[in-house]
Amino acid sequence: MLKIITAVISRDLKLAMRRQADIVSALFFFIIVVSLFPLGIGPEPDLLRKLAPGVLWVAALLATMLSLPRLFADDHRDGTLEQLAIAPHPLGLVVTGKVIAHWLVSGLPLALIAPVLGVQFDLSAEALVAITLSILIGTPALSGIGAIGAALTLGLRGGGVLISLLVLPLYIPVLIFGAGAVDATVTGLGGEGHLSLLAALTFASIGFAPWAAAAALKIALE
Amino acid sequence: MLEADNLECVRGDRRLFAGLGFKLDAGELLYLQGKNGSGKTSLLRMLIGLLPPEAGSIRWKGEAINSDEYRAELCYLGHLNAIKEELTPLENLLAAARLADEELSDDDALDALEQVGLAGREDLACKYLSQGQKRRVALARLVKEKRPLWILDEPFVALDMAAVDWLSGIISGHLQRGGLAVMTTHQKVNIAAGSVRELRLS
Amino acid sequence: MTDRLNLYRFASPATFYPLAGAMIPYFVAVSVVFGIAGLWLGMLVAPTDFQQGEGYRIIFIHVPASWMSMFIYLIMAFWAAIGLAFNTRLSGMMAQALAPTGALMAFLSLWTGALWGKPMWGTWWVWDARLTSELILLFLYIGYMALTAAIDDARRADKAGGLLLLVGVVNIPIIYFSVQWWNTLHQGSSVNLAKSSMATTMLWGMLLMAMCFWMYSIAMALMRVRTIMLERERHTDWVKAELAHIVAGDEK
Repeated sequence: MLKIITAVISRDLKLAMRRQADIVSALFFFIIVVSLFPLGIGPEPDLLRKLAPGVLWVAALLATMLSLPRLFADDHRDGTLEQLAIAPHPLGLVVTGKVIAHWLVSGLPLALIAPVLGVQFDLSAEALVAITLSILIGTPALSGIGAIGAALTLGLRGGGVLISLLVLPLYIPVLIFGAGAVDATVTGLGGEGHLSLLAALTFASIGFAPWAAAAALKIALE
Repeated sequence: MLEADNLECVRGDRRLFAGLGFKLDAGELLYLQGKNGSGKTSLLRMLIGLLPPEAGSIRWKGEAINSDEYRAELCYLGHLNAIKEELTPLENLLAAARLADEELSDDDALDALEQVGLAGREDLACKYLSQGQKRRVALARLVKEKRPLWILDEPFVALDMAAVDWLSGIISGHLQRGGLAVMTTHQKVNIAAGSVRELRLS
Repeated sequence: MTDRLNLYRFASPATFYPLAGAMIPYFVAVSVVFGIAGLWLGMLVAPTDFQQGEGYRIIFIHVPASWMSMFIYLIMAFWAAIGLAFNTRLSGMMAQALAPTGALMAFLSLWTGALWGKPMWGTWWVWDARLTSELILLFLYIGYMALTAAIDDARRADKAGGLLLLVGVVNIPIIYFSVQWWNTLHQGSSVNLAKSSMATTMLWGMLLMAMCFWMYSIAMALMRVRTIMLERERHTDWVKAELAHIVAGDEK
């Protein structure tokens, strides 16, 4: 079970490393979107501090969306997906591996760059820790839920926009608890409650979403 | 060993075939023939378990085919190469074997690549290879393939004469070892087999 | 055994099509009757609210529409589960036929909510937990309709849409609770829509309107499912016979 998951992860990571431009552009998209907000709403530090968690999180959702259409589309186009689907192990495990690999190249970099962007918004040290932690804990859920959308829209025209329509409403709980964790930390309520709920969402999505995505892939491959 | 019974295939509004059945035993080869759009690829996709038949059943050794045991005895080569452009031929072979849960050592993989005439290109990313060479990377899988049931969709496309002969030899060897093969092809090729069956879809 | 056969018989489009056609007028008629009764009770008989004046009467539309929007999603998910489990053709068609009505109900609920909000709260929109959830529900409906519309193959559309509905129905409670949590945390205006002490006539009016909306939704879904059937089965003999019949009827 672990063998197949690691096999998928190592293959996908190797592929991602040979196409670093994709990772970097999603990351820069995140940076640019976040940097646009102060330009749109003015450099008021109090206002920025208040908006920062929401802005960073919404930008993280959008940046994750960017790479989702390719999650299965590349494998589908060159026939690898068929081979994965007829391999002698459950397709859900393969998807689990792909979700983890997706998070490693899309969610993890966002978490690493988030504190730097938080500084732009004049966040305090503890708020920076909270935003980093919440993005770190929350983004795996985005990859998991996103996989379902990517699988459902596989091979459809306008797939990219369609994924956003399907997936963004399902991202709302992650957004609420992710941004809420930072808010709660800043207001002194403590973000632990939010972070544990976020962790629960992540575990549930990593556990269940790949199987739903696998079912969707089988439908798409028929 | 492989039995299909009363299969029916509907794609969109069209019924491609109905009441189709065949039986294939060890060492036998099944040629699927028919015009474009007659349902050859659909039938192959039913045999590998990706397309549920509208009616009828497919059994392998008497069991329904929706099991990991069946998939562990199945090798499918589609009309797509299923190789990654960014990876080298060697990496492609090794990754495909790992993902299909097959044992393949580096030496075996290198040997297979040499046999398909890609010696010296093992470490070149596949995007720099020609169409024919990419096809050979895909076919190199068959060299060390020990699984009993091969399902091949147009394996001879984009190959030169020498490669066609070589592939015919590989398939013959597989059949002589008691394997089974189902394949579609437009070309006439000579494959030595215990018995060759033909199925024409119209 | 005979029961099973009967069920399968009714699940077949060729049998269901005329049956649905025969039922539609009754549902429409009942819906109109309930609607008139409900509106009469709600608009004319129910007492004026001492706090909210006459404006509150919009709840006779707003509340049943909100109920329906949630029920319809659940019913669609039910059909989706049946369709995925038993691979019946009718279930996917039913889910797709219900979706536009469900979306309409969600939209109606939001719109009447806004109309009601203006006199009550002095603003068209508040980020109240229920309104926000209703908005997200509308998004879910739109996502479902967009997905099924984007898939050309009807079978794949049914199955993919069904899967999305099941994913949605699992997520709805999570979304609802997270929105509620968010709302209480930000202490937004959470005005309780359903008043605890409701006059009996108001309750009856609302129930009658709810029945009206139920019947309306069923009639609409049956009409739509008939159209879907004709379109999907246009190559079958029974549809050709049906169409020939309709054309002959027109020419008379």
